[in-house]
Amino acid sequence: MGFLDKNVSDTQIKLRNRLWLYFLSAIILFLLIVPSLVVIPMSFSSSQYLEFPPKEWSFRWYENYFFSWKVENGFNDWMAATRTSLLVAVLTIFVATPIGTLAAYGLTNSTSRLRAALFPIMISPMMVPIILVAIGLFYFYVQFKMVNSILGLVLGHSLVAMPLVLIIVMSALKNYDMNQEKVARSLGASRPRAFVEITLPQIKFSLISASLISFLTSFDEIIISLFVSGGDNSTITRSMFLALRDQIDPTIAAISTILIIISSGLLIISQLLSSKSK
Amino acid sequence: MADSSLNISINDVTKTYGDFHALKDVSLEVTSGEFLTLLGPSGSGKTTLLMVLAGFTSPDYGSVKFGDEEVILKPPHLRGIGMVFQNYALFPHMNVVENVGYPQKLRGISKEDTRESVENALATVKLDGLGHRRVDELSGGQRQRVALARAIVFQPKILLMDEPLSALDKKLREEMQIELRQLHDSLNMTTVYVTHDQKEALTMSDRIAVINDGQLMQLGTPNEIYRRPNNAFIADFIGESSSLPATVKNGIASIGSAKLKGAQKLEKDGNFLLVIRPEKLFIATKKSRDANHFEGVVEDSIFQGESQLMVIKLDPQNYGEQSLRLRLPNGSAQDDELPGIGEKVTLGLKVADSYFVEAANGGA
Amino acid sequence: MAVLDQNLNQAALTQLARREHYTFFGLTLPYLVLVGAMIIIPIGWLFFLSFVGRDGSFSFENYERMINSKAYIRIFLTTFKISILTTFFCALLGYPLAYFMSQISRKWANICMIGVLIPFWTSLLVRTYAWLVLLQKKGLVNSVAVDLGLISEPIKFVHNTSGTLIGMVHIMLPFLILPLYANMRAIDPHCVKAASSLGATPTRAFWTVFFPLSIPGLLAGLLIVFVLCLGFYVTPAVLGGGKVIMAAMKISSNIELYFSWGAASALGVVLLVVTMLILFIASKLVSLDQFGQRS
Repeated sequence: MGFLDKNVSDTQIKLRNRLWLYFLSAIILFLLIVPSLVVIPMSFSSSQYLEFPPKEWSFRWYENYFFSWKVENGFNDWMAATRTSLLVAVLTIFVATPIGTLAAYGLTNSTSRLRAALFPIMISPMMVPIILVAIGLFYFYVQFKMVNSILGLVLGHSLVAMPLVLIIVMSALKNYDMNQEKVARSLGASRPRAFVEITLPQIKFSLISASLISFLTSFDEIIISLFVSGGDNSTITRSMFLALRDQIDPTIAAISTILIIISSGLLIISQLLSSKSK
Repeated sequence: MADSSLNISINDVTKTYGDFHALKDVSLEVTSGEFLTLLGPSGSGKTTLLMVLAGFTSPDYGSVKFGDEEVILKPPHLRGIGMVFQNYALFPHMNVVENVGYPQKLRGISKEDTRESVENALATVKLDGLGHRRVDELSGGQRQRVALARAIVFQPKILLMDEPLSALDKKLREEMQIELRQLHDSLNMTTVYVTHDQKEALTMSDRIAVINDGQLMQLGTPNEIYRRPNNAFIADFIGESSSLPATVKNGIASIGSAKLKGAQKLEKDGNFLLVIRPEKLFIATKKSRDANHFEGVVEDSIFQGESQLMVIKLDPQNYGEQSLRLRLPNGSAQDDELPGIGEKVTLGLKVADSYFVEAANGGA
Repeated sequence: MAVLDQNLNQAALTQLARREHYTFFGLTLPYLVLVGAMIIIPIGWLFFLSFVGRDGSFSFENYERMINSKAYIRIFLTTFKISILTTFFCALLGYPLAYFMSQISRKWANICMIGVLIPFWTSLLVRTYAWLVLLQKKGLVNSVAVDLGLISEPIKFVHNTSGTLIGMVHIMLPFLILPLYANMRAIDPHCVKAASSLGATPTRAFWTVFFPLSIPGLLAGLLIVFVLCLGFYVTPAVLGGGKVIMAAMKISSNIELYFSWGAASALGVVLLVVTMLILFIASKLVSLDQFGQRS
């Protein structure tokens, strides 16, 4: 077959000889994507116990989730937790993105000595094991009575999101022609004005990406939330983890399905954005 | 358009980056309304000097005055200059009219007046009617004109340009050189222009400041720089030239055993270079008293369109291993009688064209 | 030119330069304040706490207990074992996929990349839960295997090391693939072509030219995965079912169950020091490597 005789590498290997690589890669990709999808059919199972494939179908776990605030024993108020997570995630956007963007701009425009010294400190939240950050924050919050507070959660999540914002915006600024700001200044714009009117509009796709990442990082954040939130201000991730660890509540399957849809949606949006900005 | 332009006084401007001296005590006066070119190779400091004038680079010390006003401490947006960058730096998120109108918007000019001044600026750079195009719809030459229109729309007294033509192809570049010069003449601004292309500098400028190694090497009209370069670097950088090493003693120059007469009075003793422009050499049929002569053999003869380039290998006994390049316009009387490859030939160089510069050994 | 005592405008210009410097520093200040207040101070605090004994005085007892206790030794071994194994399997599975993606057209590579990114963007909890469902006694894997007659009885895949490993490899794989792929894409295709033209067989060209050039990306990926594994909590906690105890889990239980901050901090400090050490060594390796690659 002519198709299999196509050259597919720089060393003129034919497709036919490389089929094993194609199959292997397909299998690995399959194993990457598909396992997560198993929760989707699980979420429609009517059974209380984990069994696969589900024998009967029902929406009960979705009902359990969406109407959890109705449950009198208040065993797991999933909706409240969702609300908390959403609120914190949105607030995190407004904390992490501006602070990270300003820092990225400052670092990009300063001399190399400053940059080399500060950069490691600024990405330290990514380097330090997150469990340590979590217990450190917990201890810190206990002193200031900030445990179980929205503020505590927002600050903790922003801490984790900011290095990502920094990297995204720094990379956008690296590809951006700073001469435009210089021109604007030569034409009469002060430095801040040039930044706002000329630079920001041109890195807006990166800013949106950074905001999306901040949102998702906060929403998905587990460990800091585990230690730092609780009671009225428990996050959805904390509730889910505790349910997973302590007893298997299939409502988790329903929530997971919803999460998969949301994160895939956000992923597609960000891919569209990044291809638009090219 | 501008009612009056300003002169620029640059004094002792020095800028170092660690150990590297980008500019060393540079001083020069730009006359009001003149077109001055900063000419030099890459890394010479010419762009750094332009950035100091614009305010984007602050020197370690020095003074820059526009007219009588010291501007060295003023931020760029308060200096009232127009600037064109090498890559134009047009704002991609705005169309042509918005780009050109931006300085007016910054100055709070009314919409009506802005529209009028933008139209005038676009007409001046011959871009009428293209106002609503987006930046990515324009050709290189058109973008260049938009950058220019944006820089002049608010009638600045001083215009700074950083190699604005280097991204254009040869033909367009040569056309734009003439247009830019005409624009300067009609607008009565003081223009400081940076380029590494010596031909461009010679074409466009009232005066040229040759910059190398962060220092001002020579300041003069194109004619002066071309015919009387101060040193070996300038002689080599500007125009084509061959140079022959010579020694000067007691005011007399000699190469090997041959004694030469120089165009200028030779007051110092030492090692010099005789700077020979290829178009100044001629094939001598007889020896005359107002010319220096060189014996050699034709090594190569190349047809180059409007001229013939000949490479003459000089007699090694007298001159050592040296060649001279000789350029003859095609169509001159000597066409048919041009000596062929391998033939002996005597070259002549008028004394008035025999210019000596100090050889650069040990010095800067 | 008259000789000046002080160079023209020098004082004013120096001040201008300094002010500009401070402005840029100022832009980074909110960020630094947040990181300083919320990472450096708390972790410094923990560091201090690790030297506080049960009676509240300065002591090394937390560290002594760690060295002497069999339980802690087991925890260290488990943590390292799982991290090394996870890293190994990630490399085994991730390298071929990354290589494949780097050799096909960009369009298809981007499509495959979505496949790599979907799990990456899916919540950790969802993925961990999915494996719990798949691997348990009545889960999909066991049901299919029994139905197909491959095994007679369900295999215990969860609440043990295998389950933990499977889950962690699945989660860590994108972390290896992303830097490795980026590196591979950047390898100049002419290098391999040149090797071919000089007489190397495709296999030889791969091992002598392509593979060495892909090492920086591979190292970066291995490093990220290993460091993340060391400190990992969620997946081992759920899939290990209490039988696989890693360092992070011990730290957490020390606090949640025993309120022994001293012990938790000491373990945390050890974890931190090991992590920093590995990062430091790797940063030295990477800078040397890149020097060799530029040509």
